[in-house]
Amino acid sequence: MVLSGLCVYAEKDAPEASSFRQPMAKDCQAEHVLNRLSFGPRPGEMQQIEAMGVRKWIDLQLHPERIAENPVLEAKLRPLDTLDMSTATMLQHYPSPGMVKAMVEGRLPYPGDPDKRMMVDRLAARLQQKSDPDSKPEQDLAALLDPQELSQWRNSTPEEKLVLLTSWPRDRQDEVIESMGKGMRMRLFAAAGPDLRRRIQSANGPQAVVAEDLAEGKLLRAVYSHRQLQEVMVDFWFNHFNVFIGKGADRYLVTAYERDAIRPHVLGHFEDLLRATAQSPAMLFYLDNWQSVGADSIAGVRRQRGLNENYGRELLELHTLGVDGGYTQKDVTEVARCFTGWTIRQPQRMAEFEFNPRMHDNGEKMVLGVRIPAGGGINDGLTVLHLLAHHPATAHFISRQLAIRFVADNPPNALVDRMADTFLKKDGDIRAVLETMFESPEFWSRGAYRSKMKSPLEMVASSLRAVNADVDFTFGLTNQLNQLGEPLYKKAEPTGYSNSSQDWLNSAGLLARMNFSVALANNKLPGVKLGESMPTEGVTLGSPDFQKK
Amino acid sequence: MTTRRFFIRNSALAMVGAGAAPLWLERTLYAADAPSPRKKILVAIFQRGAADGLNIVAPHAEPRYYEMRPTIAVPRPTRAADRREDAAIDLDGFFGLHPALAPLKPIWDDGHLAIVHAAGSPDPTRSHFDAQDFMEAGTPGVKSTADGWMNRALPCVDSAARVSPVRAVAMGAVLPRSMRGPNPAVAVQNLSDFRVHNAQASSAFQEMYANSRDPMLAAAGRETFEAVSLLASIEKTPYQPAPGADYPNGRFGDCLRQIAQLIKSDVGLELAFADVGGWDHHVNETGARASEGQLAARLAEFGQTLAAFWTDLGDRRNDVALVTMSEFGRTAHENGDRGTDHGHANCMFVMGGGVRGGKVYGKWPGLATEQLYEGRDLALTTDFRDVLGELVRGQSGNRDLTKVFPGYTPRSLGILGTRGAAA
Repeated sequence: MVLSGLCVYAEKDAPEASSFRQPMAKDCQAEHVLNRLSFGPRPGEMQQIEAMGVRKWIDLQLHPERIAENPVLEAKLRPLDTLDMSTATMLQHYPSPGMVKAMVEGRLPYPGDPDKRMMVDRLAARLQQKSDPDSKPEQDLAALLDPQELSQWRNSTPEEKLVLLTSWPRDRQDEVIESMGKGMRMRLFAAAGPDLRRRIQSANGPQAVVAEDLAEGKLLRAVYSHRQLQEVMVDFWFNHFNVFIGKGADRYLVTAYERDAIRPHVLGHFEDLLRATAQSPAMLFYLDNWQSVGADSIAGVRRQRGLNENYGRELLELHTLGVDGGYTQKDVTEVARCFTGWTIRQPQRMAEFEFNPRMHDNGEKMVLGVRIPAGGGINDGLTVLHLLAHHPATAHFISRQLAIRFVADNPPNALVDRMADTFLKKDGDIRAVLETMFESPEFWSRGAYRSKMKSPLEMVASSLRAVNADVDFTFGLTNQLNQLGEPLYKKAEPTGYSNSSQDWLNSAGLLARMNFSVALANNKLPGVKLGESMPTEGVTLGSPDFQKK
Repeated sequence: MTTRRFFIRNSALAMVGAGAAPLWLERTLYAADAPSPRKKILVAIFQRGAADGLNIVAPHAEPRYYEMRPTIAVPRPTRAADRREDAAIDLDGFFGLHPALAPLKPIWDDGHLAIVHAAGSPDPTRSHFDAQDFMEAGTPGVKSTADGWMNRALPCVDSAARVSPVRAVAMGAVLPRSMRGPNPAVAVQNLSDFRVHNAQASSAFQEMYANSRDPMLAAAGRETFEAVSLLASIEKTPYQPAPGADYPNGRFGDCLRQIAQLIKSDVGLELAFADVGGWDHHVNETGARASEGQLAARLAEFGQTLAAFWTDLGDRRNDVALVTMSEFGRTAHENGDRGTDHGHANCMFVMGGGVRGGKVYGKWPGLATEQLYEGRDLALTTDFRDVLGELVRGQSGNRDLTKVFPGYTPRSLGILGTRGAAA
């Protein structure tokens, strides 16, 4: 049912060059664009865009500001309050154990909100208790409830517990939630409404909510957004400029990174995107540039710290020129010198970009044959970004990455060259580069059609869309993505996840895809509801055909 | 590169594909009665979080050790019955095992456990993330390495038909960095769960993948169902570890028990990986006594697991070498919270039938301030790639170490003796 109307060609090992010159059948086009520009077709969607005109649909997707967002998505995103918070607010409202300690000891301010202040006090008490090996959660519960309540509590179903819980005052509710074991909390979570869910989630450790919101937001947008191409591009660019949420302070910095540095520029000008990432606390922390100090700078001499080349290297290799982009080790070092002093103001409080002249190497630099005169301060880095954003190697590298994501694992060079031309002529206008690609015969060729394997995120989102699933909460789905090998925001390496098909082909991954499909179709995924279970779809969603796009 | 190797593998599979008997029926290929099925196996253990090598194998004859760690040092070895359980277990008059590692002492005494001290990655980073990444990639300081050292360590084979689907197995949900790359490697969380949960769907999937027009998916599907069948065949009867092999409860014990099961089932395993976390003890590393507290608890599980694995291997010990590593060591000085911070060099354990054990390898750099790395950490005298390189060469027969550790020429420490080769 899901795959009805498919046109299947004899698929080949590697599309021969000639297959990129043969056009795909016209009635494959709607399916092709939905597979590549969105997270997969919903039932009936192919017919809709055929009626509208495939080219017109693409043009609309290239201008997401003209598309009204799905109110269902907006309602589902609303409770995820961290997604809209400044890093500073988030640090106060969802503190880590270290921050709770700092608040109690007066080194950090308490949150203004009285509920949150009480939460901090309870967390502090809990931390204190945790260091006492003799305390057990069950004993806490016994201290909170009278014997009759306690026996009633212990002998009730999660639904009955909800009734009991909501009959108590709010602060007592929170105390009881925090005294529960983790397993009980999970069961209660599945039965609870949005507000209580939020508090149960926080009780597991408030700082974990930040990462959970991010992953939930990403999945919900992939499944529900009407601005599908925008979401595909957010995924593409985040991955291109990958940061890892598990590295120290990045736990709190990734939300603002995706929202403020990536999202506004996904269809904009490459230099703006590049600068936003370069100045984002998340990237500065992830690639250590915030600690990079010019050897002869005031801070360098006094603190005996030095240059860190990590960002400089990845900027050239992964973000702009590409590993074969014609730069040398000397260029890496010179670029790193230019970015000394690009640091983070109060990483634990404000977490904002700042240029610190005391850390900056003020000498003359030479980058890719261009002389950067001494005394340039913050402009050294800006000059490098401008140079890189307009470099032919960057135009080529970025175009190729886009073509790998949207066209084929080995895109024809002629296509990449034309995209790179647009990139250079249009000042790195990403929308224009995409237009060149979407208008190319290669994009509409038999060589491109169903030639790529879906990433785990694409597989999960396209399955949910194909069966019109209602996604209520996503921890079950994020667990599935862990099993499938694409834990969201948790790619430790700066390379990001692969855009290339074969990296997703392994036994554990395939088995996980099959098991996910069967569980989804049988209505057995926590947080996901189908109108009715449709067991036969499980085999369809796990089939080889459905793994392709 | 990746692409090319992948296609070579799959075209080799394609040659035996159409019309041939399903490979998953040919378990005899890997079974004990097939010609020379026994493989040499290398098991790598990653202690994530930077284990404290100076308290795991304590330099008890170094007075500086006790000066720098006034409250958390492991006490000197003693014969006094009331204090022995909290004192270092002497190894060679200079080093001593943490008392929680007592289960490993008999293996040391039998000459099958070697220790390399002041070993690790030469990269100066003190970031867990970077250091683990560098160590697993096998290329310290180089971030762009796409694959892991264990994937590159898998020797090339001529005919894919004779390759086991479970040559390289990592215990866990995701393939670790060490095993990622173009060669097939399987992540297994639980042997008994490595299957499609619904039997009916499973046979439907198997047929669909076998008939897929996409050769890569067909090959991957075949590999998967081969591995599923193979592992199902050894799971038919619940695994009974050898008598006396008491694996502690918990994930790490489960992992090693399953690796032993794979080894003893002769399914063609060559490389195995497991990791164990919880070593990042910045605060209260040691309890009131050395045998108590966080580090002692981790080490008790660690030592009991390795000892159970050793017992379980029985007559397979000569085929196996196990090596442990952790991304970096910890500061030589204890910090203000009775813990230690991120440091530099560490210790590695090597256990196996062919190991020349009962010896601490590596040059001891000393703990005087001027001998410390950056004035604070144990200095590094052995690159971890020296240890791994020797084991890769000895166990997997892969002699081309330039591909396993590009840009580095490992020197052998002589840990694998002739005894192993003769056995």
